[in-house]
Amino acid sequence: MLKRQAQLSVYIGTLKLKNPVMVASGTFGYAEEFKDYMDLKKLGAIVTKTVTLKPRQGNPVPRTCETPAGMLNSIGLENPGIDVFIDKKLPFFKKIGVPIIVSIASEASAEEFIALAERLDGIQEVSGLELNISCPNLKDAKSGRGSHALIAQDAQATQRLVKMVRKVTKKVLITKLSPNVTSITDIAEAAEDAGSDALSLINTLTALCIDVKSRRPKIATITAGLSGPAIRPVAVRMVWEVYKRVKIPLIGMGGITDTESALEFFIAGASAISVGTGNFLNPKVSTEIIGGITQYLEKNNIRSIKKLTGSLLCQR
Amino acid sequence: MHLEKATLLYNKPLGKNYFRLACNAAKIANDAVPGQFVSVKINNTHEPFLRRPFGIHKVDGCRIEILYEAVGEGTRLLSKNKQGSFLDILGPLGNGYDYRYALIRHKTPVLVAGGMGVAPLFFLAEKLVRSLGRKVRHSPRVLLGAKSKNQILCEKEFKKIGCSVTIATDNGSAGFKGKVTDLLKQTLSTLDCPLSTALYACGPRPMLAEVSRISRKHGIFTQVSLEEHMACGIGACLGCVVKTKDGYKRVCKEGPVFNSEEIVWEKHTKGGR
Repeated sequence: MLKRQAQLSVYIGTLKLKNPVMVASGTFGYAEEFKDYMDLKKLGAIVTKTVTLKPRQGNPVPRTCETPAGMLNSIGLENPGIDVFIDKKLPFFKKIGVPIIVSIASEASAEEFIALAERLDGIQEVSGLELNISCPNLKDAKSGRGSHALIAQDAQATQRLVKMVRKVTKKVLITKLSPNVTSITDIAEAAEDAGSDALSLINTLTALCIDVKSRRPKIATITAGLSGPAIRPVAVRMVWEVYKRVKIPLIGMGGITDTESALEFFIAGASAISVGTGNFLNPKVSTEIIGGITQYLEKNNIRSIKKLTGSLLCQR
Repeated sequence: MHLEKATLLYNKPLGKNYFRLACNAAKIANDAVPGQFVSVKINNTHEPFLRRPFGIHKVDGCRIEILYEAVGEGTRLLSKNKQGSFLDILGPLGNGYDYRYALIRHKTPVLVAGGMGVAPLFFLAEKLVRSLGRKVRHSPRVLLGAKSKNQILCEKEFKKIGCSVTIATDNGSAGFKGKVTDLLKQTLSTLDCPLSTALYACGPRPMLAEVSRISRKHGIFTQVSLEEHMACGIGACLGCVVKTKDGYKRVCKEGPVFNSEEIVWEKHTKGGR
């Protein structure tokens, strides 16, 4: 008897993805960088490198360093700004033919988020917006020093911002959460209440690496964001906690490097996943994971990926 | 660009901490130009976590060679990889040297190597020699610099293909006593017309800054290959940038070879590993 193929399609708000495997903002460039290694059309969706209203040159070097089972980065949202993004980067995305989610951020103000959302709302090929309110590598806007107090660290600020952006866009709206908080569920609920269609979690963990010979930080901005398998258990735990508290779909990410690590996120409660730093180790890993998920579902007689979401068995 | 599972042919020690590794990577070998690099996943664990970039040292049919020093955890582990094992290798990456400049403008190529910087310059020398054919007048001049005699690599190999080689060691144990950049200054001063040369350099950042300063004085065409810690190696993460006159550029994508006048030379601290 022919087995029916496992269903991989999922909904993120009103957006239908043919499969639940996405690539995370800032780890996939503008997709062109990966075209030689994989068929980009196979992806469920692509999240762009974060774009800001004005061009940003990013942080001084060194910007990255390796850590046990992970890495630190402090790129500082280097990007050419929304105008160049629309003129020079978007045409390539349009050609790919998979849903494009544009990650947007501002160091300065909520008004910039709104201006960005308004610009992108009119572009048909943009399927959704991801609010990057959780980048740990920006300077404090007022003092120009130290690390920036993140919007994603404040439930009220999150709620205010999501509400304001919600008013100006019909695109699918995703809020990206920070793990650098006391209670991620409070922030998740605030974003849901304000009209976010889905949540991405987690962004990087604020971290510090020191060169003991020179007693200097290994990254120019001193602190930076930790990513990779080192943070995966934290990410999975946060997805599980948030899943119990909100109804909107979750996009799980943090240290996914293979099918098994992707599956953990679904079982914890994610409807979709994003491969981030894993793209650096194996540029075609995201497409390998799509195949791996299908195999897992078929082997275990699970007819749809939706059945796996939140299927954690808590009783021993 | 290709992602290949390459069979390791040999991984031989060359003196104390240096190794020459060859593997079968047909697609990469076919496309590679001098100055480009490959990115190697040293094993399939998370230690070391990231890939490591290596300049392509030599291409021979389907085979590529890299030359490396076992300095950190990653290269130390790489040196343990055995013949017949597979190497996960990505490449050829980045932009190589504009070797055609020297050919078209009839310049004498001067290759300046500091330490391990010799690695990609051998591939360049071979390409130049092959393209030059019988025009011996313009055969490459190679300046090799290292701390001491036993750290001079590839002297014989360069001579064998018809390059003239001069050596500089910091302690004077072989050749000129001093920096390779001092040797470069001396070499240029003996020429009637320094402008008849084209410089191709690879080595530590302060050495390249000095090469750039020397060549600017003479107005000589100069290209440098920069070394930088990388995360993705393919232009996606923006981790390995260098300050240029047009803002930050990616060493892995717009580089690793740059025209020296493009670079804003500043005190450089490498990302830790």
